[in-house]
Amino acid sequence: MATKIDEEIDVLPPKGVRPPIMGPGHTLGTVTDRIGGIVLTKHTPIFWLMIVALCVALFGMLNTAIAYLIGRGVGIWGVNIPVGWGFAIVNFVWWIGIGHAGTLISAILLLFKQGWRTSINRFAEAMTIFAVMQAGLFPLLHTGRPWLAAYWLFPIPLTMGVWPQFRSPLIWDVFAVSTYFTVSFLFWGIGLIPDFGTLRDSAKSLVVRRIYGMLAMGWRGSARHWNRYETAYMLLAGLATPLVLSVHSVVSLDFAVAVVPGWHTTFFPPYFVAGAIFSGFAMVLMLAIPFRYLYGMQDFITLRHLQNCAKLMLATGLIVAYSYSMEMFIGWYSNDKFELGLVHNRLHGPYSHYYFVLIFCNIIAPQSLWLNKIRSTPWMLFVVSCIVQTGMWLERFVIVVLSLNRDFLPSSWGMYWWTKWDMMTLIGTMGFFTLLFFLFIRFMPAISISELRTLLPQSKVKE
Amino acid sequence: MITPEPIYGLMAEFDNPTDLVHVSKAAFAAGYRKMDTYTPYPVEEAAEAVGAHHNRVALVCLIGALLGMIGGYSLEYWVSAISYPINVGGKPFHAWPAFIPVTFECAVLGASLATVFGMLALNGLPQPYHPVFNVPGFSASSRDKFFLCIEAQDPRFSPGDTRKFLESHHPIQVSEVPY
Repeated sequence: MATKIDEEIDVLPPKGVRPPIMGPGHTLGTVTDRIGGIVLTKHTPIFWLMIVALCVALFGMLNTAIAYLIGRGVGIWGVNIPVGWGFAIVNFVWWIGIGHAGTLISAILLLFKQGWRTSINRFAEAMTIFAVMQAGLFPLLHTGRPWLAAYWLFPIPLTMGVWPQFRSPLIWDVFAVSTYFTVSFLFWGIGLIPDFGTLRDSAKSLVVRRIYGMLAMGWRGSARHWNRYETAYMLLAGLATPLVLSVHSVVSLDFAVAVVPGWHTTFFPPYFVAGAIFSGFAMVLMLAIPFRYLYGMQDFITLRHLQNCAKLMLATGLIVAYSYSMEMFIGWYSNDKFELGLVHNRLHGPYSHYYFVLIFCNIIAPQSLWLNKIRSTPWMLFVVSCIVQTGMWLERFVIVVLSLNRDFLPSSWGMYWWTKWDMMTLIGTMGFFTLLFFLFIRFMPAISISELRTLLPQSKVKE
Repeated sequence: MITPEPIYGLMAEFDNPTDLVHVSKAAFAAGYRKMDTYTPYPVEEAAEAVGAHHNRVALVCLIGALLGMIGGYSLEYWVSAISYPINVGGKPFHAWPAFIPVTFECAVLGASLATVFGMLALNGLPQPYHPVFNVPGFSASSRDKFFLCIEAQDPRFSPGDTRKFLESHHPIQVSEVPY
């Protein structure tokens, strides 16, 4: 829990002075003890047990929903003609977008030499991996027969001799998302190796030492090892940067290559990438704010980090706002009656309340981040992040459902109603995500110890 | 006379990176080559001092990228144009622009796998046993201490002189590294 000293760090410095990246008075040893201590302590906090118990219950609900889906088929979901994509694709795009901020923090900000990223990159990378795991569930379940999806999705040689269709964006998506998951996992994994070494060396119990010893693979901090390690780390950052931009671009092509009104636009890739990073930073804040409070990590995740995330959220939010206005403009400027019909459907159709809530969540609410007061008050930032996260889910709902429910022929118009199984799956994945995240906090260093050491003044070599 | 047990080397311990870099530079100047430093975080100057300037990780990454790129494109070409050509809306079988995204993803995948596993292989990891862990107090190398080990295989190594050399730089302690 937050101590008195920790709370003092949340006091804003005088005007014109930015809060520090790290609380005062830390040494190589205290950094190691504070972060390693979360993992190595024998005492499991009561709030952790409560959160994990709740998440296990939600995870059970997810499994129930999946089991029933596999038993009965996708008919238990609300998807039907004309809206054949429904919740499954809405949730897929939402979860995969959330992951993007993790890669932005770990790779792009590393290349731009943003030292502050060091305290938040580890758990943001974990967030990416866990979010992509949730995302991957949805298209797989949407196929109805996930056990056959292997050869629908991947080029596996079978006696039937059939192959996936490489001219379709849906197959590009399979490659993009699976590569993204693999590369994020590798990036996270090599970052953890030196820290596992630290845990191995600080652990008191033999069993714990053995477990982290195996994970550390014999890391001993040799200069030659660090030299190759640093090169590999920079190379991975350089590879992950175009990769993360490609992933959501490819996701957007799933839509943009179709001729459905509202989807068939060229500006979808950058619009989707900006939206992804927008929601990703909202999720980073939704995780960082409780984490720093519950574990008293205000020294390492300072107001500076929260402010910077908020600024990035504001900037990407403005790109998203621009994209929404462009969507409307293109509908009007095209003078195409189906595009105009879509604009009408959004503003006056049966789902128009979704659209107006979306505008409030994604355009109006984030404008509050212009105020320093809100950027520097953790609970207010948490509320804004929750609103943005809801808005980004609604955005995908509007894109998927509102283009499909009224397309070209009025005779084929229809409504989409989600079922309780849709909702159980969505909420279940939130529980699964949170469960993975809290297990990660308990068993792995949630802040990179070896990278954080390099921020300390005493870590520099004096001439 | 009993022959002394062979040792891996001599390990000197320091409590700050500046001293470590100074002594490493001095050791290199004195002609020692088979040596290594052990630090809790990457100290670039220490790597320079012990003579680790270049590494081949970038080359391995490039090879991985090329293999992934060629593999990805060939797979798409073979599947779509040779093994089972299907006419979809009159699109060409060898639709190269449509093959670019998967080619790119495969290149990134190949490069990343090669980088990580190449880095581990060049470092000789996983390594279940290494003599440096026998040094008392070496566990601080992943915390807040800085170590330099001059290895016994170095032609200039002699237990007495090397120890004197290390001690002249005021380490916290100098210990033998038993096998």
